[in-house]
Amino acid sequence: MKIREIAALAKAQVYCCEEFLDGEVHSACGSDMMSDVLAFVKDQGLLITGLVNPQVVRTAEMMDMRAILFVRGKKPTPEILALAKQCEIVIMASELRMFEACGTIYESGLKGGVLQ
Amino acid sequence: MSAPLVYRYDIDGENFTSAGEASVKVKKSLRQLGLSQDIIRRVSIAMYEGEINMVIHANGGCATVSVYPEKIEIVLDDKGPGIPNIDLAMQEGFSTAPERIRSLGFGAGMGLPNMKANTDEMKIETTVGVGTKITMTVNVNR
Repeated sequence: MKIREIAALAKAQVYCCEEFLDGEVHSACGSDMMSDVLAFVKDQGLLITGLVNPQVVRTAEMMDMRAILFVRGKKPTPEILALAKQCEIVIMASELRMFEACGTIYESGLKGGVLQ
Repeated sequence: MSAPLVYRYDIDGENFTSAGEASVKVKKSLRQLGLSQDIIRRVSIAMYEGEINMVIHANGGCATVSVYPEKIEIVLDDKGPGIPNIDLAMQEGFSTAPERIRSLGFGAGMGLPNMKANTDEMKIETTVGVGTKITMTVNVNR
């Protein structure tokens, strides 16, 4: 699924790296616990989270993820955006709650993928 | 064994925001060296978990990454409080991280087990009140 389609499904605002919106991701992970993302994620290209701090971007970078969707109306800080630009990770933010965001995107075809 | 390529980083223990900076740099360097994505990811995850641990528990420390043709060695050295019970610390879910760290998305007790899972060898040398040295190796299959 294109990152652009995910943004549309989640009615999300795109905050940076718009040039990568046509990039494809094949699975996603939803978590507010970065420890678990680091321990359980394998090939998920999209991180859906309600946690807002720079470690979210570093975690996504470590896992080779291409996009982050902040949920529950959380907004990325300038620090987060600067780091995401460096790492070429698309940052989006949606008013949807985690459950709704995951459900909507899953229902449209993006799956959970392989776990470690 | 030929001389390794060595990267050294001081890990700032004062600032949780900057934790992980060294791991991002290592990842970029390993990409430039043309290593496989799987190897790069394993090294990055192990080092990032270690870096976060050093910031949470040990007020920072020093990280050294040595790239040999056949392996990558990561040494994390700190002068923190030491680990009183390594077996307990290696148990998934065991954590002594404060609530403040959990609210930042870490401290689930997955750090050390995840470092072991992503590396081929891991050695922990620790003395309570003196510090901890963790040596991890990832073998490179070319």
